[in-house]
Amino acid sequence: MELKSILESLLFSAQKPLSVKELREVLANAAAAEDAEADTRSLAKAKEGEVTAALEQLAREHEAAARSYRLACVAGAWQFVTQPEFAPWLRALVGVKARPPRLSQPALETLAIIAYRQPVTRAEVEQIRGVNVDGVMQTLMERGLVESVGRAEVVGRPQTYGTTALFLEYFGLRGLEDLPAADELRRLSIEKPPAPVTAESGLATTPPEQLALENKAGETKAADSSGKPAAGDSPAS
Amino acid sequence: MFQRCQAAAAAIEFSPFIRRMAEYKVHFEVFEGPLDLLLYLIKKEEVDIYEVNLTRLATQFIEYIDLMREFDLEVAGEFLVMASTLMYIKSRELLPADQQAQIEGEEEGEDPRWELIRQLVEYRKFKDAAVRLQALEARQEEIFPRVPGRLEAGPVAEPPKPDVSIFDLLNAVNTVLQRFGRREGAAREIFDDKWTVSEKIEFILQVVAGRGAVKFSELFETAASRSEVVCTFLALLELIRLKQLVCAQGQEFGDIEIRRAPSAAPAVAAGPQLP
Repeated sequence: MELKSILESLLFSAQKPLSVKELREVLANAAAAEDAEADTRSLAKAKEGEVTAALEQLAREHEAAARSYRLACVAGAWQFVTQPEFAPWLRALVGVKARPPRLSQPALETLAIIAYRQPVTRAEVEQIRGVNVDGVMQTLMERGLVESVGRAEVVGRPQTYGTTALFLEYFGLRGLEDLPAADELRRLSIEKPPAPVTAESGLATTPPEQLALENKAGETKAADSSGKPAAGDSPAS
Repeated sequence: MFQRCQAAAAAIEFSPFIRRMAEYKVHFEVFEGPLDLLLYLIKKEEVDIYEVNLTRLATQFIEYIDLMREFDLEVAGEFLVMASTLMYIKSRELLPADQQAQIEGEEEGEDPRWELIRQLVEYRKFKDAAVRLQALEARQEEIFPRVPGRLEAGPVAEPPKPDVSIFDLLNAVNTVLQRFGRREGAAREIFDDKWTVSEKIEFILQVVAGRGAVKFSELFETAASRSEVVCTFLALLELIRLKQLVCAQGQEFGDIEIRRAPSAAPAVAAGPQLP
């Protein structure tokens, strides 16, 4: 029996999305049964990578078959879901999905920054958006899409924020690497001049590139003490 | 040209002017902040961010702020900071390059124009990312997971296990009785039978009806004396004889499981609560 077919049958009957870990537990339990046959037992020790590869293969096969449903992985758990174009009929069958109201534009922008740049401080988000984000952050935290993940090792040790598993579920993402254009947005712009970004008195933290490049510290300090007008440093903060 | 410039995101939630201006909604476009407004102005000019004429942009930006004032809108601090930055950039442009004041400690690369453009480029990237997230959000609403009905293959429909003989039951009840054996070995007391078999019949039926299947040992967990155990056991035997209940043993020497017989009438279940 092929591993991917076994996994398919499990996911077909599962009451909830199953993670690779849970699937491996099922395989181990099946092998532990007294009347287990040799090939059932041989799958008891299926490696995480093997199971993942089989699931991905299965998902590709379903995609290629162009069925009305596909195998999706959301927040690390696998599940059969329908294709979006069949929504009108499914809504008629099971009703509108119970989901919180859609996110506002400011909330989506803020969430995008946090998602791509996490862990990130509130000041960093504000610097990119050019506006105060207190209210939006509050909303995002209340909805459980964003959580505090630690503290930045800069003056004042401000809290840093990251996205939650619920965030992945809400947007149907497998993981953070599944975010669209992740490479481009997570990378820090290389052409960025060594700007005196810490000069802002209202800013409790330095932007990410300051955290990464310690040798810039001297330069920053020099610019800081030069008395350069704050407006020139970071115009919108 | 009539735009509503919205201040900070926080203001969207708290500011009362939104309600005041609600009736003009059709004419206005919402700006999330000064960067948003700048991006809009650049887009209107139909030029690349890197090639935008910042001097002209500064003029247009300040025109907008004036317009916001005309409409009696609160101008958020962020807009004013941006306006001053733009004015600073514009004022530098007025002088020929060789006469521009070189601020001490400021190197060639730290041009405020560049800093602003960099910020605009970065902000636009995240704005695009927000649009993509919005598309994902909408798409997720259209996706329905497969939720299979609960499989009936659970404990109820499992293939019948090896039948339990009267000896297995006697063995099991002996194990239970051993609990009392030691205590009652030395001295004998004579007391009334507090328990009747018919009471126990109702008790067992109630337990089995409520939980589907009961382990043999569980039936006797609450039993306080030898006579109560015997009573319960007799009731169990009676119910098996009447084909109300069946016993099964999952594995050899395993716990005996008692459940309702498949053909039994379900009406007998309810009875008075008994100790």
